Amino acid sequence: MPHLPPAPPAPQPDVAAALARAHRDEWARVLASTARVARDLDLAEECTQDAYAKALETWPQSGVPQRPGAWLTTVAANRARDVIRREVHGRRVLPLLVDDLQHDVQADADALALTDATRVVPDDRLRLVFTCCHPALTRESQVALTLRLLCGLSTSEVARAFLVREATMAARITRAKKKIAAARIPYRVPEPADLPARVHAVAEVIHLVFTTGHDAPSGDALVRQDLVDSAIRMARMVRELLPGEPAVTGLLALMLLVDARSATRVDAHGDVVLLCDQDRSRWDRDAIDEGLALVTEALTAAPPDRYAVEAAIAAVHAEARTWQQTDWEQVVGLYDVLGRLWPSAVVRLNRAVAVGLRDGPDAGLREMEPLRDEPVLATYPYLEAARGDFLARLCRWEESAVAYEEALLLAGNGVEGAFLRRRLAEARAHARP
Amino acid sequence: MAKYLVLIYGSEQEWDAQTPAELEVKEAGHMAFSRAAGAGRLSGEELAPATTATTLRASGGGTPLVTDGPFLETKEVLGGFYIVDVPDLDAAVALARLLPELREEHGAVEVRPIVDHG
Repeated sequence: MPHLPPAPPAPQPDVAAALARAHRDEWARVLASTARVARDLDLAEECTQDAYAKALETWPQSGVPQRPGAWLTTVAANRARDVIRREVHGRRVLPLLVDDLQHDVQADADALALTDATRVVPDDRLRLVFTCCHPALTRESQVALTLRLLCGLSTSEVARAFLVREATMAARITRAKKKIAAARIPYRVPEPADLPARVHAVAEVIHLVFTTGHDAPSGDALVRQDLVDSAIRMARMVRELLPGEPAVTGLLALMLLVDARSATRVDAHGDVVLLCDQDRSRWDRDAIDEGLALVTEALTAAPPDRYAVEAAIAAVHAEARTWQQTDWEQVVGLYDVLGRLWPSAVVRLNRAVAVGLRDGPDAGLREMEPLRDEPVLATYPYLEAARGDFLARLCRWEESAVAYEEALLLAGNGVEGAFLRRRLAEARAHARP
Repeated sequence: MAKYLVLIYGSEQEWDAQTPAELEVKEAGHMAFSRAAGAGRLSGEELAPATTATTLRASGGGTPLVTDGPFLETKEVLGGFYIVDVPDLDAAVALARLLPELREEHGAVEVRPIVDHG
């Protein structure tokens, strides 16, 4: 009778918690450091995965190490060195990752020792951030790589977030990694002259992860909190590594202030609750306080970053005790600033809504009228939804119903669709003679 | 170090209409590119108009078909190229940014890594 190996014991609760924490907090650090040793993102990813698997295997016996991140990095980097040694005679298909340290580490060791105190070696995580968000990659590849390599989401989780098949997402990630190697996208923090534009690109990727989580494009849940949390964690990390970048500070403020309202955005039945009807006593005060402090810091940059202005708008809402007390004058003024920094139809729509709330629904509808010809908004349900709302306030029920019908055709998300159907039913009930 | 082919595209019609003064500015731009690239500029040439191209097309294993004109009939055509040898893509892009064709409205520059067979 074959001798079966004993099943591995289920990890004790504290080990499981420590592993989950290490996955959340240390994944990027482990992978980024391993990538510099491996000089190959695929190999780094594989070794990082192996290190976590080994932790699952050994921590229940040996206990959780004092510094789990350092333990995981050592295991992953050693594994990478082993693989490289074995592969020396193997055929390499892709060139190695280029970085700014590798070539002179051995030769200049002495020189380095002399200048070590003055030489700032950037955190490996920062290299990984800028490589994943390099402008030579498509935006969708940047996001996919960021979620996989920096946030540690599995390929199937990344695929689910963007509603594509796992095989499609796996191919996208592989293609992006191949481009990094073949085109020699450097594993490096950009030169100071390029930094502002490159940091903004990083902020855009993080923001896209956040909005994907915050307004889940489809499915029955409105919010994918895991993506929201990944985005906030990532912004905190970049801010810690690159302090004083207004785009990152503004973005973190924006996300905290918006996410502070998450508990009140959907009611017990899973239906959407609008900002005007939310129970403000249940907003997350700690997140709001942190967000408000960050907005102040971010707004000191001149000219202000787009995300800082968006955060300032969120701050006006966070500071209003009630919907009625909202300072619409300030909101309209901030949308004017935002429109100059980032001319877009969506900003004009939001400004039009704010004007309507400041000066009355007639004024809002007037502002929205020219936007109805905007091709960008033609597939965007919020324009017709906002018109439906203002028309209902004016008791123009039939027109309101038509607007909600159009919005409903464009809304993808199940929860938002349900909200629009309710509003449509109300408008229709009033429209009947 | 890595080699890249830098392909310069633009509208031939616009290029044909350039004044001598514009051409002089452009020439200076290419000089600036070459100075910045230094020894990293392995080669570079301006191409004769796309209308002078001859294309050979595979014809299912038979004799290739010889036709008049470029491989792709497009509004923007390949007008010239450089081969540079630089540390990485960022360095190649930084050089490509200097090309005067990018100050024309119809211009585009493609940076393509060259496979290193080592």
